[in-house]
Amino acid sequence: MRKILLLTTVIFVGLIFIARLFYLQVYNSDAYDIFEDTAIKKEYNYPKRGYVYDRNGQLLVANQPSYDVMVIPREVSPLDSLELEEFCALLKITKEDYEKKLNKAKNYSYRLPSPFVPQLSKKDYAVLQEKMRKFEGFYIQKRSLRSYQTDIGANVLGDLGEVNRRTIKRKPYYKLGDLIGKQGIELSYEDVLRGVKGIKFIQKDRHNKNIGPYKDGVFDTLPKPGKDITITIDSELQAYGEQLMKHKRGGIVAIDPKSGEILAMVTGPSYNPNLLVGRERNKNFNKLFRDTINMPTFDRGLQAQYAPGSPFKVINALIGLQEEVVEIDEKFTCRMGYYYGSRKLTGCHHHRSPVDLNTGIAQSCNAYFVNVYRRIVDKYDDAGIGTNVWAEHAKSFGLGNYLNNDLPVGRKGRIPDGDYYDRQYGDNRWGSTYTVSNAIGQGEVEATPIQLANMAAAIGNRGYYYTPHIIKHIEGDSIPDKFKKRKYTSIDKKHFEPVIQGMFDVYNKGTAQTLRVPGIEICGKTGTAENFVKIDGVKTQLTDHSIFVAFAPKENPTIAIAVFVENGYWGSRFAGRMASLMIEKYIKGHITRTDLEDWILTHSLENEYKKPYSGEPFKINGQTTLQVIDKNPIMIETKEQNLIN
Amino acid sequence: MLRENHRSFKFDWITIVLFLLLVVFGYLNILSASHIGEITSYFDSSQLYGKHLIFVGLTFVLIILIVSVEAKFYERFASVIYIVAMIALIGLFLFGKDVNGARSWYGIGSMTIQPSEFAKFATALAVAKFISDIETNMKTVKDQLKVAAIILIPAILILLQNDAGSTIVYLAFFFVFYREGLQQVYLIIALSLIILAVLGLKFGVLISAIVTLLTLACVYLFRRKNKDSIFNYIIALIVCIGFSYGVKLFYTHGLKIHQQNRISLWLRLEKDPAKLERMKKAEAYNLIQSEEAISSGGLTGKGFLQGTRTTGKFVPEQHTDYIFSTVGEEWGFLGTSLVVLTFVLLIIRILYLAEAQKSQFSRVYGYGVASILFIHFTINIGMVMGLIPTVGIPLPFFSYGGSGLWGFTILLFIFVKLDSNKINEW
Repeated sequence: MRKILLLTTVIFVGLIFIARLFYLQVYNSDAYDIFEDTAIKKEYNYPKRGYVYDRNGQLLVANQPSYDVMVIPREVSPLDSLELEEFCALLKITKEDYEKKLNKAKNYSYRLPSPFVPQLSKKDYAVLQEKMRKFEGFYIQKRSLRSYQTDIGANVLGDLGEVNRRTIKRKPYYKLGDLIGKQGIELSYEDVLRGVKGIKFIQKDRHNKNIGPYKDGVFDTLPKPGKDITITIDSELQAYGEQLMKHKRGGIVAIDPKSGEILAMVTGPSYNPNLLVGRERNKNFNKLFRDTINMPTFDRGLQAQYAPGSPFKVINALIGLQEEVVEIDEKFTCRMGYYYGSRKLTGCHHHRSPVDLNTGIAQSCNAYFVNVYRRIVDKYDDAGIGTNVWAEHAKSFGLGNYLNNDLPVGRKGRIPDGDYYDRQYGDNRWGSTYTVSNAIGQGEVEATPIQLANMAAAIGNRGYYYTPHIIKHIEGDSIPDKFKKRKYTSIDKKHFEPVIQGMFDVYNKGTAQTLRVPGIEICGKTGTAENFVKIDGVKTQLTDHSIFVAFAPKENPTIAIAVFVENGYWGSRFAGRMASLMIEKYIKGHITRTDLEDWILTHSLENEYKKPYSGEPFKINGQTTLQVIDKNPIMIETKEQNLIN
Repeated sequence: MLRENHRSFKFDWITIVLFLLLVVFGYLNILSASHIGEITSYFDSSQLYGKHLIFVGLTFVLIILIVSVEAKFYERFASVIYIVAMIALIGLFLFGKDVNGARSWYGIGSMTIQPSEFAKFATALAVAKFISDIETNMKTVKDQLKVAAIILIPAILILLQNDAGSTIVYLAFFFVFYREGLQQVYLIIALSLIILAVLGLKFGVLISAIVTLLTLACVYLFRRKNKDSIFNYIIALIVCIGFSYGVKLFYTHGLKIHQQNRISLWLRLEKDPAKLERMKKAEAYNLIQSEEAISSGGLTGKGFLQGTRTTGKFVPEQHTDYIFSTVGEEWGFLGTSLVVLTFVLLIIRILYLAEAQKSQFSRVYGYGVASILFIHFTINIGMVMGLIPTVGIPLPFFSYGGSGLWGFTILLFIFVKLDSNKINEW
């Protein structure tokens, strides 16, 4: 016992030490991460973010320098009241702000830098730079902010914002305070535009002094500049579209059918992209984002999913021909609607009867298309199978699913199939008469403006389309192959001509004859879609949506377009006029139909949009009067109200 | 010549190899912990690593001197060496130099000497000499008091010079006394007092009293044969409570603030976050930095001269008391466990050799060497890892400093010499 006391104690202590060391160094120690090492300062050098040009080479987005005050909480030494006052005065914050911001940074991490006051002006930076050394734990990080060379296209261009913690976890490239694309092409082409930031590792000592490069700088990297990109947008056309969309809600999407390039992508109401730059960004972003009535950050061209209305009839005509259930010159009677037995399933407007395919399209006869639709569905023994065949044809036009393009947002739309109605009504407990709304683009069919524009492109191309996309050129790189591949519809080429003739006659003698543009052969289709909202739980009908789908010229089209104006009433009233103007603007470069332009610029739908929120009963459609406004209103509104335009 | 060669073979090479391992590895870590910028010359005597290399070189001269002296010399002159060491300690009060508040150094030109490092082997020699005396009986209180005086004189002198860390080292001799016949009851009392002190500080005097009461009750109930009178148990209880209370009083009034804070940090007594925050920048700063440096080394370490915390001098006193944190950062778990293992093997080897000695003097001295190395090893590494409260004592053969290195070398090699001579004993 006496001989082994010290021996056992030595072995015991040795074991405890090894266990403790194992705990400290192996069990409880993460793999060494230089970014977590407080002895090594990381100095970032942010690369130039790629510029954005429009299809004609006009610069849309450039950069401007910005300076963030960053903080590493564990290195902050407490400031006495005089220092604190000076520091707060320099940063233009209050003492409470100081505490709040510091606590927020501490909550994130004691060792990692957090932005303390982001995006100082150049002037503030100059003053601060001199005195920064006095305040331990704080430093200035130079970054580059966006500088928009234009005030249009906010929804297209998107914006940069501070990266959030969720993203940092997923993509460790980003550090707190870094900027990342949040919307638009800034989001979809983030990796291309961003470049790669350079980093310098600097060995620090206990007093936070730099004592030289870490390992002689072998790990240091130089920044790799971001690539410039050219987008397919024609900024002149885009600007014109935005001008037309003022005082209305809706979307315009114009596509070049020859390539799938998106020429314009307008949403209304929109806002000036410069609002989302700099220190005011958060304030403005919240204001825009929380505006649930106007929803300026909601891209109606991509995200608004509406019943397409009559333009969808064209698809039914094509399916009817492909399925050989209707002859081109076969006529159907229309008695101001379609009757099933003695029951009127669909109404129609006044036109001559009977009608063939051409007149059916030109006059947008509901009865004609209900007949065709029922024949398609009833061609097969089972309405489910018939509906599936119909749906497959419709989907081959890019409807009812994501387009899988390079835009960060989108909606699927909806083309119902047999299963859909089986779920709705029970297996086989329905027939074609249940779903006749699909014949006229109402009911369960829904689509977004970009899908309708793409549909018009597919028709104009006589049976194929390119996935609509916004990227035209990437510096030193090529655009994805999927945008160069034709996608064919399930309709044979020969069936398109009579249908296109019908769309041409919409302008010639049909529902859009007042919208003709001299010298351009436009093919189009008007649409008017009923719509409802719930006001205090009561389903209430609002004024119809005005829809128009077109492409031009008739042979070898260079533009396909869809216009959607909420509560604009009938198709040719707002949407048709705007579509014609856009087409003329794009093809001719100037406007001859100034009467149409004047009408659009002097008519507002803002009173119409206020109605559901007024709390009072209101009238719709024919019983309303249009609001007339001054063409060039003098801006007397305050800056506050002027966020959206 | 022949005779010389013949003799040298009897040195215990295992001990010497382990010693060399520690000195060389220690030097490499001092190099890493003390260099600033590029290392231009390893012999640059204006740099700490350059100085230490000189110390290491001189160490070998010292070793040759020690082993050249006749083994009997150490036993014969033990008392003289002890008295010289004590005079050197006393002399500090007159001629000593204050460094960091402790009056532990003689300054000779630019050199400093710390006599307390040499007092350790001197005391070990004196203890060995006293215990191995035929007339000494460790079971008698008289001799116990005498031997206690031998260690208390240097311990108190050093304490008066404000070097509490080095004082604690003299507790090591308890292992020697116990080995040489000190009654079991002292061991029990010592253990009980440590437990009582910690209990009292951590959970309060009341809890410590309750634990004592329960323990004594158990002992009383289960000890059927030769029962002491219950009166004795009551006295024991009162003494224990009194001790516990005394420790508490000493903690609050007797200790300096920084010592109090070190213990409070160790036992996690402080709950006030504001005060803890302040301690993090003061008493706890070293510990936090050193633990972080050790943890950051991981399994294999960042590599020799590659420690970012070592390079940045994040751990104050890293080349002296906190040298183990350099090992942790740059050599990782592999390096630290190697150091721990080397120390354990060295101490076990010395114990093994001590037991094999024929002369009691050699055995007691060997035990003294093992005990002193053990207590340094335990306290230093335990402190650097936060297992025990901060006590400033060096890691033998490892920490920077000539006095320390030489003191430990003399301590060890006198034993190596004694051991090599055991054949000549009868």
